[in-house]
Amino acid sequence: MEPTPTSNGGCGSGCGCHQDPGDGGDGDDATRRNLLKAAGVTLGAAAFAKALAPLASWSRENLSVDEFLQQHYRELDKEQLAAVLKRMEDDTKEDYGADVTITDHRPQKGVKFGYALNLSICIGCRRCAEACHHENNHDRATANSYIRVLEMQKGSIDIEQANAHYDHPVPHPDKFYMPVQCQQCDNPPCVHVCPVEATWKEEDGIVVVDYNWCIGCRYCEAACPYHARRFNWTKPEIPEEEINPDQSYLSNRIRPQGVMEKCTFCLHRTREGRMPACLEACPTGARVFGNLLDPESEIRKVIDNKRVFVLKEELGTKPSFFYFFDE
Amino acid sequence: MFFGVIVVIAIWFVGALVMSWLAQYRARDRPGRAFSDKVIGETLHPVTIRQPSAGPWVDSGKKDEKGQPVIISCATCHDTRDPDFKTNEAALLDEFHQGMAYQHGSLSCMSCHHPEDYNSLKLADDRRVDFAQSMQLCAQCHGPQHRDYQNGSHGGMTGYWDLRQGPRERNHCIDCHDPHHPKYPRLMPVFPPKREIGEAVPPPHEESNY
Repeated sequence: MEPTPTSNGGCGSGCGCHQDPGDGGDGDDATRRNLLKAAGVTLGAAAFAKALAPLASWSRENLSVDEFLQQHYRELDKEQLAAVLKRMEDDTKEDYGADVTITDHRPQKGVKFGYALNLSICIGCRRCAEACHHENNHDRATANSYIRVLEMQKGSIDIEQANAHYDHPVPHPDKFYMPVQCQQCDNPPCVHVCPVEATWKEEDGIVVVDYNWCIGCRYCEAACPYHARRFNWTKPEIPEEEINPDQSYLSNRIRPQGVMEKCTFCLHRTREGRMPACLEACPTGARVFGNLLDPESEIRKVIDNKRVFVLKEELGTKPSFFYFFDE
Repeated sequence: MFFGVIVVIAIWFVGALVMSWLAQYRARDRPGRAFSDKVIGETLHPVTIRQPSAGPWVDSGKKDEKGQPVIISCATCHDTRDPDFKTNEAALLDEFHQGMAYQHGSLSCMSCHHPEDYNSLKLADDRRVDFAQSMQLCAQCHGPQHRDYQNGSHGGMTGYWDLRQGPRERNHCIDCHDPHHPKYPRLMPVFPPKREIGEAVPPPHEESNY
């Protein structure tokens, strides 16, 4: 390419480029370079602006700084925990308009929870699932519940063939009904697979989740052989007046979007000595709850005297949830 | 060489001790690692059984001038009539109790109702028993259920699993089982689950005639 004197015209006065009048070739290159620079700067600035755009729409609704920097539940000391609980109550007020009390319920010494369910008595009315939905502040839109009631063929225990979507008068004479919820395993696969230790087993046997530490990878959901874990695809929608204000950090406080949740045997009730909501809702009395370490407890009488089995025993998960039949 | 190994093991051992002591110390001010510090007394709260609303009376279906239902004591009519020991269904009655569903094995009315005192019930050995104690009557035949009830594995309840912390209320037999047709009624299930994304739809349910 042969430079011509007129090519300098592209770089007019005031452009700031220092060019040797005797070397027209440089002038041509400088022009292209400047053009590319300008284009690059423009593109870069646009990309930068785009990258920062989420910051502009950053609000408390997404994530506050305090929330982002919050320590793991088990690493919080008393003051930090109190501050976290207070912050969560305020956030619930702001997001849902409800006045709630979020408490930290710890296990009692000498208590290990066990749950038993009498398959001869359960009629499959699903009132337990409904009670769970309301007690645990589940998302109304997805009608979520920690309990899935399976309709099973009599004489079989093939869960693959079970139907959770039955809608005919119950009990059907050819069927039996098996509600399945978290089995609070003593060897919990969900806990083993969690990459960030956001879920663990507490002293009273309850497998809990720190909803604020969970990264939502859903490994635990895949690992659970009982399909007992749920994922919050959306921010839970609950009308203000339907929110259960009696909440606990590890239990039924309203979960954020993008985290796992699970049955905790209603630890906000049971660690206060009360029965779980699903048991109280059962119209037939098919459910038995209590302390496995107390030889006089109802749950121990069931285990000692009834024909008891656990679900998928061959997997070695060692559930604390027992099913039994009457003779 | 040997001495070196001993020293390493000793250092490791001391280190482990110190670490465990530190962990204990740290756990003390980490509420998430501690037990509940609530002090629970040893006194047990009561277990109450819901009292049956049924009694030795019958609702006439009429209202008095204040709009209150007219309740008539059983003895009002039965004191002056002779009992028929053979009656075992409502259709055999000429008046009153008509249309009452009755399906309770091969029992007749006088199996449970006291023929000389309609304000109470009767055990199999003719002993009189109050309506409030009717569970005793049920238990005569339904032994396994009564045993399970006493063991806490039959019958619904509300309240506290831990009686040291609060009371419990248990259902009575007749909260779930109508003594005249005790089979638990068939009902429509509530709260159908929504299908999850990707969840397989099972083949349509074959409805049998029931």
